[in-house]
Amino acid sequence: MNKDVKIATRASFGEALKELGDENENIVVLDADLSGATKTSSFAKAHPDRFFDMGIAESNMMAVASGMASCGKIPFAASFAVFSTGRAYDQLRASIAYPNQNVKVVGTHYGLTVGEDGATHQMLEDISLVRGLPNFTIFAPSDDISSKWAVKEAAKIKGPVYLRFCRLATPVIYDENQKFELGKGICFGDGKDATVFATGDMVCKALEAKEILEKENINIRVVDFHTIKPIDKELILKCAKETDKLISIEDHSVYGGLGDMISDVLISEYPKKLIKMGVRDEFGKSGKAEEVLKAYGLTAEKIVENIR
Amino acid sequence: MENSKKLFLEEKANSIRKNIINLVYKAGSGHPGGSLSIADIITYLYFEELNVNPKNPQNPERDRFVLSKGHCAPALYSALMEKEFFAKTNIEDFRQVNGILQGHPDMKHIPGVDMTTGSLGQGLSASVGMAIAGKLDNKNYRVYCVLGDGEIEEGQIWEAAMSASHYKLDNLCAIVDNNNLQIDGEIGKVMSPYPIDKKFESFGFNVIQIDGHNFDEIEEALENSKKCKGKPTVIIAKTIKGKGISYMEDKAEWHGKAPNEEQYNIAIQELEGK
Repeated sequence: MNKDVKIATRASFGEALKELGDENENIVVLDADLSGATKTSSFAKAHPDRFFDMGIAESNMMAVASGMASCGKIPFAASFAVFSTGRAYDQLRASIAYPNQNVKVVGTHYGLTVGEDGATHQMLEDISLVRGLPNFTIFAPSDDISSKWAVKEAAKIKGPVYLRFCRLATPVIYDENQKFELGKGICFGDGKDATVFATGDMVCKALEAKEILEKENINIRVVDFHTIKPIDKELILKCAKETDKLISIEDHSVYGGLGDMISDVLISEYPKKLIKMGVRDEFGKSGKAEEVLKAYGLTAEKIVENIR
Repeated sequence: MENSKKLFLEEKANSIRKNIINLVYKAGSGHPGGSLSIADIITYLYFEELNVNPKNPQNPERDRFVLSKGHCAPALYSALMEKEFFAKTNIEDFRQVNGILQGHPDMKHIPGVDMTTGSLGQGLSASVGMAIAGKLDNKNYRVYCVLGDGEIEEGQIWEAAMSASHYKLDNLCAIVDNNNLQIDGEIGKVMSPYPIDKKFESFGFNVIQIDGHNFDEIEEALENSKKCKGKPTVIIAKTIKGKGISYMEDKAEWHGKAPNEEQYNIAIQELEGK
């Protein structure tokens, strides 16, 4: 992990999307008046004929994307996570998931890391909303490199995909040669004292915790779930069998998110205690992103406390 | 319109109405009222207007049809059966657990269905997407979308209308089935969408008002919509809910229930008397 180079995954998305557009004529992009923030603006600049600003009307945007997909286009429809999954939930359900349309739904600005805009914009339920929809694949990449991979991978899948990207700039974790595989988590280390299952911007917090604990001779491993659905069941069970403590951490509600998906696997195949770190039945609030994370206990220090 | 053409369309519409009654009666549930009100429009579309071929239902060049008021699936399925997209034996399968004919249109399993619908308010948006895709690919197909007059109470319809006119989709033609009734009663009393014409006009549409049971007027309106350049068209079709079955006509209670055996026999007799 390179702590000195920080990139917001939404920027990585924007860059990869533009490249994807260069390579594939069928890629079209829709945005709801947020192209500067979601970073679809680079695609818009390079391919203005295939970029559609749908205005502040996300429900319409998602069903329009469905219509385009039915005619052979590969639409990426982007907005803030709260709008692309929350505002347009029934459109995702009835017009995209049920007919298995080849639409890529993009939610940037998920989680507490939205920061100053506060609770209305800090989407903490997007994973739980989308994972309940059949046919959807969900990517929640942790850094620049994995995000660019996820964008390209999403275009290869013939069916609905949800991708969540972070507003906040976070460390670059992987080097350019890293291999990723759909539905396969990436395990850092082979420590036996604990496993921290993480996703998105929480992966770098978990890696920080790993470094701190190593100095105390406590050896843990960290799993990055860049793909949330399908979840890597095998890796969950392997870690559950090989390590003492299990912790999950996500910039999301503990209801219906990564932690719940892991406990589903554990409860049916290898019952074991799991400490779920995330937001507990409350809304976020305004503040600087790192301060808000601290207020809700989503820090490397808290992970360390939970393991010590 | 020539007499022979009109007679042919009337016969087809009558067969479609019979199919509708059969579908709903055999399933013991479904939506006859609004299916019957769009029967003439659907007949004209499938037998005169739409460039579709049951032998190649996925042809990228074909015209698209979106039944945004998806609960009127019996009308769409009836037309698709008459066009031989699938066999009439499928009537037995409507709303049955092992059948392909789902309660609402399902594009993944039913040949000839261009868009999955059922959750009201979404079909016009999907049609906008199809129309934009057609423009992008320089294709000549047109997109037709049938909306319920109660359905246009959904806000998304107006988001879609805004985008259709913003992107100058003159390859898109919406048709509002203005039968004036929704489940809870008259649309004007439940939640008035009137004046429908002025609303679409102010959203930038070419607005045409017709009697939705008059084939001459349907034909003229569709011709007019093809001539109009630079903006989408909406045809506001004044119709009668339950049209063709005396005891169903203009009755909100026939929105979503099946006839019993006696009512079924009367309905078939009335249609066969024509």
